[in-house]
Amino acid sequence: MIADILTGALRSGTSVMLASQGELISERAGVINLGTEGCMLAGALGGFATTVWTGNPWLGALAGGLCGMLLSLIHACLVLDRGANQLASGLTLMFFGIGVTAFLGRSFVSEQIVGFNPAPIPVLSDIPVLGEVLFNHDPLTYLSMLLVPALWFVLFRTRIGIILRAAGEREEVLFACGVNPRLVRYAAVLAGGFLAGIGGAQLSVAYTHSWVENMTAGRGVVAVAMVIFAAWRPFRAMLGAYLFGAAQALQLTVQQQGLPISPYFLFMAPYVLTLAALLIVERRKRSSVPEGLSRVFAADADG
Amino acid sequence: MKRKRNRKAGWVCALMALLMLMAACSQPGAGGGSSGGSSGGSSGESSGGPSGSSGGEAPGTGGSAIGFIFVGTKDDYGYNQAAYIGSEAVEKAFPDLKVLRAENVPETAEAERVLEQMIKDGAKILFPTSYGHLDPALNVAARHPDAVFFHQGGLKTAENLGTYFGTIWEPVYLAGIAAGKMSKTGKLGYIVSVPIPQVLLNINAFTLGARSVNPDATTTVVFTGSWCDPGQQANAANSLIDGGADVLTQHQDCTKTIIETAERRGVMSVGYHADASSLASLGWIVGSVWNWPDLFVDMAKTAVEGNFKGSKYDGKFRGGLADNVVRLTGFGENVPEDVRTLVEQKKEELLSGRLHPFAGPVRDQSGAVRIEEGVIPTVEELESTDYLVEGVIGNIPQ
Repeated sequence: MIADILTGALRSGTSVMLASQGELISERAGVINLGTEGCMLAGALGGFATTVWTGNPWLGALAGGLCGMLLSLIHACLVLDRGANQLASGLTLMFFGIGVTAFLGRSFVSEQIVGFNPAPIPVLSDIPVLGEVLFNHDPLTYLSMLLVPALWFVLFRTRIGIILRAAGEREEVLFACGVNPRLVRYAAVLAGGFLAGIGGAQLSVAYTHSWVENMTAGRGVVAVAMVIFAAWRPFRAMLGAYLFGAAQALQLTVQQQGLPISPYFLFMAPYVLTLAALLIVERRKRSSVPEGLSRVFAADADG
Repeated sequence: MKRKRNRKAGWVCALMALLMLMAACSQPGAGGGSSGGSSGGSSGESSGGPSGSSGGEAPGTGGSAIGFIFVGTKDDYGYNQAAYIGSEAVEKAFPDLKVLRAENVPETAEAERVLEQMIKDGAKILFPTSYGHLDPALNVAARHPDAVFFHQGGLKTAENLGTYFGTIWEPVYLAGIAAGKMSKTGKLGYIVSVPIPQVLLNINAFTLGARSVNPDATTTVVFTGSWCDPGQQANAANSLIDGGADVLTQHQDCTKTIIETAERRGVMSVGYHADASSLASLGWIVGSVWNWPDLFVDMAKTAVEGNFKGSKYDGKFRGGLADNVVRLTGFGENVPEDVRTLVEQKKEELLSGRLHPFAGPVRDQSGAVRIEEGVIPTVEELESTDYLVEGVIGNIPQ
């Protein structure tokens, strides 16, 4: 049963995890994108539609990422070029994403696709418990597991990572080095949108093989919250996402035991558990807010 | 000086906004003009009331359109698709009337706005097709006594609003018999949204059906909290399959994800709302579906001819298997002959009245008798079901 819950954690947590890693890149560069939900939906629809047209889920995943990126480009333009308020622009983008995908996606609701299927890794998947939990997933899930250490390495061990973080902390440093902080932020927002799009595509092309309007149902919003509560650290964001997935799986498992707990109480359990856990982990880490972001929250952002 | 002028401008703006708001609010009343003609600008209630009766015209007549609102999209292999097919039959049957449709209408005041717009566009007959559209529809119905409303599944009615539904638990019971016969593990999985009577009734019927042929069978219920969240549906389906269920069924608006997930993981599925056998060539057993076309056409005809008042649709109309309002789909390829014969035989018994799924004694999860031996509950009693029967694993708030 424990193995079932952990497997469920990865199954349902991966889309949130991908989106949260993307949002983390964007926020590290000083831009908060509340429109992640919209980017995920764009990715889910773009990925699904492309898989319908081409029959190739890899192309679908790529297209999903590009669609998410396209939507985040709007955010980047508004915020970085026009000096719009980041929170307002992000929220608008979220609702725009919900509406535009519902409209464009109408004809795809009944389509069937051959998407990604679980591909057990030989040998590794035979390990008891661990093999079942970690090595019996779809290819996008494997890639997402590799992404986190890679992102950590890039952020904290490479020059690119320093430039990215400097854009979110002290843009003067970048000016002094002859790097345009606005370009760095553009790149970060687009990368964030791309990953959110892949996260959406994971949901539609790999996990459910379906497209339904507003199918992300708040997962993008959870991803944004996750980043903040995870104190902008990739491994913690991953942990948070899997915890969210685990709580969703646990909720379903508890229901099947027939315990006298109201289902309505269980519906909110994933959110409460995730918040509580991240709050405990985060407490000491207030100082790690990228300075560029704290300006956004203080409402005197200059873009 | 300048500031004073600004303040004046502000007042003018506020006044204009108020005026526009008032104009917008009184507009709906003007829509009923074709029957009475006296909607000179007073509010809808005062002009619509007398004009509807003094004109002598029966409600629902004289319109140029028929309106349908759906809570989801038309091709979700589910609830909305079934209702949409009904609206297409109406379109075919009344070539002179325009059919207005609105999909994805939320169960909020937005539904009122859409209904008002349809009335303005000439609709005198309206079909709000989702459970939660009832209250908005009742509000609009009170403002437009000259229009007729047919609400799907509602428990409340009004002068000009009747509700219709099908006793879908009859085919669900038969599907339960098939599932009980087909299951090897005896564990059946039921994925549902929220614990409302319609849902509980179906779970109970399914379980009673399965246990009538396999007394050891159990139904494990999982609530997702939503009518259509594919991600959570996939979670629930996987979780049930991991727990040993080998037949999955559901009470959700969109059914595609669960049936496809079951098929991919090699377990069987029982459909609901619409025939989805094309999605599961290996695991499809059978499904319970709505057959709205004939009923919709007949209801629309009754209203168009001015016979709504006093007809069987004026109130709560419930059609069943015998009326062909609900029915069982075809069987899947892998369902053996003896199971088909048994289900067909039980169906005959249901139709002839010799068999009733809820004939007592029926016990709830705690073992207490809810329907006494020899008692056959009425449809009203069944529609207020608030318990799960013996053999169901799952919990509902008390």
